[in-house]
Amino acid sequence: MNIYVLLKRTFDTEEKITISGGKINEDGAEFIINPYDEYAVEEAIQVRDAHGGEVTVITVGGEDAEKQLRTALAMGADKAVLVNIEDDVENGDQFTTSKIISEYLKDKNADLIIGGNVAIDGGSGQVAPRVAELLNIPYVTTITKLEIDGTNVKIVRDVEGDSEVIETTLPLLVTAQQGLNEPRYPSLPGIMKAKKKPLDELELDDLDLEEDDVAAKTKTIEIFLPAQKEAGRILNGDLSDQVKELVQLLHTEAKVV
Amino acid sequence: MTNQTDQVIKGGSFLIEDVSKERVFTPEDFSDEQLMIAKTTEDYVANEVLPQIEHLENHEFDRSVKLLKQAGELGLLGADVPEEYGGLSLDKVSSALIAEKMSRAGGFSISHGAHVGIGSLPIVLFGNESQKQKYLPDLSSGEKLAAYALTEPGSGSDALGARTTAKLNAEGTHYVLNGEKQWITNAGFADVFVVYAKIDGEHFSAFIVERTFPGVSTGAEEKKMGIKSSSTRTLILQDAQIPVENLLGEAGKGHVIAFNILNIGRYKLGVGAVGASKGAFEITVKYANQRQQFKTPISQFNLTKEKLSTMASKLYAAESSVYRTVGLFEDRMSRLTEAEVNDGKEVAKSIAEYAIECSLNKVFATETLDYIADEGVQIHGGYGFMQEYEIERVYRDSRINRIFEGTNEINRLLVPGTFVRKAMKGELPIFQKALQLQEELMMMMPEEPGDEPLAQEKYLVRNAKKIGLLAAGLAAQKFGKALEKEQEILVNIADIISNAYAMESAVLRTEKAIEKSGLEKNKQKLLYTQIFCQEAFNEIEQHAKETLVATETGDTLRMLVSALRKFTRHTPINVIAKKREASEKLISAEKYLV
Repeated sequence: MNIYVLLKRTFDTEEKITISGGKINEDGAEFIINPYDEYAVEEAIQVRDAHGGEVTVITVGGEDAEKQLRTALAMGADKAVLVNIEDDVENGDQFTTSKIISEYLKDKNADLIIGGNVAIDGGSGQVAPRVAELLNIPYVTTITKLEIDGTNVKIVRDVEGDSEVIETTLPLLVTAQQGLNEPRYPSLPGIMKAKKKPLDELELDDLDLEEDDVAAKTKTIEIFLPAQKEAGRILNGDLSDQVKELVQLLHTEAKVV
Repeated sequence: MTNQTDQVIKGGSFLIEDVSKERVFTPEDFSDEQLMIAKTTEDYVANEVLPQIEHLENHEFDRSVKLLKQAGELGLLGADVPEEYGGLSLDKVSSALIAEKMSRAGGFSISHGAHVGIGSLPIVLFGNESQKQKYLPDLSSGEKLAAYALTEPGSGSDALGARTTAKLNAEGTHYVLNGEKQWITNAGFADVFVVYAKIDGEHFSAFIVERTFPGVSTGAEEKKMGIKSSSTRTLILQDAQIPVENLLGEAGKGHVIAFNILNIGRYKLGVGAVGASKGAFEITVKYANQRQQFKTPISQFNLTKEKLSTMASKLYAAESSVYRTVGLFEDRMSRLTEAEVNDGKEVAKSIAEYAIECSLNKVFATETLDYIADEGVQIHGGYGFMQEYEIERVYRDSRINRIFEGTNEINRLLVPGTFVRKAMKGELPIFQKALQLQEELMMMMPEEPGDEPLAQEKYLVRNAKKIGLLAAGLAAQKFGKALEKEQEILVNIADIISNAYAMESAVLRTEKAIEKSGLEKNKQKLLYTQIFCQEAFNEIEQHAKETLVATETGDTLRMLVSALRKFTRHTPINVIAKKREASEKLISAEKYLV
């Protein structure tokens, strides 16, 4: 089976996000594989081990993402591809990424593509479904169980805490939700082996893409941190006065009614 | 001048020679693989071990055994075991990183360390082919677990005074061992013990003893102050039957194994103490941010900032020192031929060369940990005294580090002792350098360090070394052979040298980092280095003065004190301001960072 994993390098979940000069401060921050993509890598490895084939991890980004690709290789993926857009794209968006990935994948005869449900940084959850759309294959998001029998696939997907069972066929794209599996640690022998596994680096040129073909469809106007949570307030006095005050506050201060 | 990189750096040579930053290994030089290995270890500890720590502290050692097996599956037990015996043949830096990251697990890391270090290494380094084949694959997978049995009720620091005996039986098939080995880590579950005993009560030798051999048993679990999640028991040998092929190394040469293993144990302990210090620091700074008094997080009080920065600066010096030392082993071992690498004795020799550095690291890093754990409790206030708070365990766990693998007192005494031995053997021209220095003293003009970054610190390092040499030279001249009895002076000299090594390690690391990525990105490192060098130099001055006064009197003393003044002359930096500055990043990152 020809399996591809879409992987993104993100901030460590432990990092404190700070903003300077309208940009998220990356100085000294630790980076990891997006946790949802980690489920995707694990699932891909399990599917390969059960059905044979090969797992290729692909990411779009800069040189630094090589580390996360190596980690996926150390977990057990077979090959990795980095589409390096550092020099070509200044402000990409979900369209940019999905366009690049689909161009790369269009002639690869992928049987199964697995991505994370969302990336914990941008959190759009768009790239994987867009890739499926561009490749014209079916997709199922937020899956928690995957069973493959020949080309038939049975999926359990999480729908806001409830679950839904879906039957479909390969080729297919799915996105991983928490609970799909328990990602393994890269073992030390795995880490040593990863050094020797192929990691290809491509640029837009290699995919016959121009900068204009992948230009962002959206524009980021401003980046800001959520407002600091303020201390709660307890209303006092007569119950009916409290109700009045509450309505008043909801109306004028919180502006929700 | 010869090209420095062609020559291996001699152990202890830092005292009399300057080394260029290119030759020094620093944490900024970790490879991606090494960092990945560190991450796997960290994740394993955080997700598998720490959630069970309460159970482990309650001596549920079946969990320890399971966890160690799991560590074996991940490859965390095989770093130092050659590939042909089921291990990974990793470099010493990777192996050190595993030890550092493991240490967050408190007493469990002692179980791990005893197994991979003092338990398995004697067989890795000194076992014969069939012993290696028989034991190493299982030790590296975690199928079997190891322990090391040297200490006895009557022999601690005086290891060779062991009373356990071995006698070859009449058939010549077995050694019969009798005696008791005390405080044996992992004794509750270990399958294999490396045991020292004297053949015919005379010839100190090492044996591989299996738990299931007739006559082998263990005593009750000890009730310890800390590291409670490690098993500690007496190993009892009552007419224990050890097959002759289980003699490890040569009969009567057990001391060679014991001393080499101690060196390794010491540097690993240094690395572990650095890891535990980072853990203690993180717990503490997080708490300091949460805890409010007078409607202010206590991290915002200048006295807390002072504490945090002092802790982090010492930690930076310790971290720089231990990885510099690991780099020395690595450099030396990379020069060994394949045959030499496979011959454990050569590997052991490569580490023994740096016995001085191993002792310095052990002392400096374990005392850094003790300092950080102690101040960690202090910053927690009354809560730090309560068992619900992790820092309470860290504080108790820390204490043993200054005692085992040679007390810090023994390790201090070893430093000047080993220098003298190396000088006598002609390995290091210490005496010549000391004499040269005394001549130089008479006509020395004070130096004015420039004001570029690190200029002052480099100047302090140069003079720290000179002061160390001066004190050592004087004491050797004055007391000759009787110096051995002047333990207070020896320890002062060791402390001066220890601070000099730590200062230089910090300076070289910062210098290397600044050259690589610029001053802007390395401001924190520079602050730590400035703070640490200033404070360490103050201590050096103190120790030197005390030594001079105890060595000479009258006019000679006056002359020496004024000579010392030449070496110590400098304009001190504003440590208070530097500490306030350094604390900002620590408080916002909520962890030790460089």
